[in-house]
Amino acid sequence: MTAPAKTIPIQRAEPSRAFEFISTKKDELIGWARKFSLFPYPFVTACCAMEFMAVSSTPYDTDRFGAALPRFSPRQSDLLMVVGTVTHKQAPILLKVYEQMCEPKWVMAFGVCATSGGFYQNYAALPGIDKIVPVDVYIPGCPPRPEMVIDGIMQLQDKIARSSHPIITKSF
Amino acid sequence: MAQTSSAVFDTLTQQLVPAAGPAVVSHGILVFTLAPAELLPTVRRLRDEFAFDVFLDVTAIDWLGHSPGSPRFEVVHHFYSTQHKVRVRLKTRVPEADPGVDSLVPLYGSAAFMERECHDMYGIAFRGNDDLRPILLYEGFVGHPLRKDYPKQQEQPLVPYRS
Repeated sequence: MTAPAKTIPIQRAEPSRAFEFISTKKDELIGWARKFSLFPYPFVTACCAMEFMAVSSTPYDTDRFGAALPRFSPRQSDLLMVVGTVTHKQAPILLKVYEQMCEPKWVMAFGVCATSGGFYQNYAALPGIDKIVPVDVYIPGCPPRPEMVIDGIMQLQDKIARSSHPIITKSF
Repeated sequence: MAQTSSAVFDTLTQQLVPAAGPAVVSHGILVFTLAPAELLPTVRRLRDEFAFDVFLDVTAIDWLGHSPGSPRFEVVHHFYSTQHKVRVRLKTRVPEADPGVDSLVPLYGSAAFMERECHDMYGIAFRGNDDLRPILLYEGFVGHPLRKDYPKQQEQPLVPYRS
């Protein structure tokens, strides 16, 4: 005959008086929340896409930074990752995607072509996406190492954490 | 047993020269240099009599300043025969004032898009191709970027730049 299993007695938890409230700055709180919930929209046009796949897959795991879940609608995203060469023919599409994104939004130029046109200094290529949309973080390299992309994400997070986050703006 | 490529080349040379101009073998490809008027008849014979069933490509070369005395553009066609497994290249010189050759769309449907690209890049007018709209470039692009006198860094942006 086996002994009856002992149960763990249920005790009523004492109400804790610790951490009932915290005091912080509004910008710090919102910045902290926003910097760990970057939803990227990958605007992928060229060979840097291979490196983007490496970055977003398990070995480098951008989910550590809260920036791994791509949204394939610009309306649901807040980080526009422009990955690869943008041609003049494609520039209106990039601008339309950017304008459809809701505030707050940030732009990352991924690789040297998106940054400056790279070695495509000719009739076809846009010499850097900052000619048509504002860019927050530039990542050089052809293609950039995944570590450089992660560094870029972290720098962008610092920028978000440090910036002001107005709740009510003039237009809203 | 199939003919060797040199036997096919001999037959082609005997049959097509002199109408299709002189012939040489370059990198395993038989090359004819012919007058613009001879292009369409020669291609028709290649397709119908010699089983050149694949139209591979059409492009052009801008010899600006490199061949004084001869016309500026050279239009280059490539054909392949899946039966003989050989390739043929046709070169045609056209002047700058009238850079036009006959279109091959009546013979090869696949020529339509490749001629559009060649028209984009070099401004070669293909007589008989009704649809020479830009295919790689965009509406409103002025000039032909692979011509040697197109300024290398001249851009024609569609979106106004941020100042």
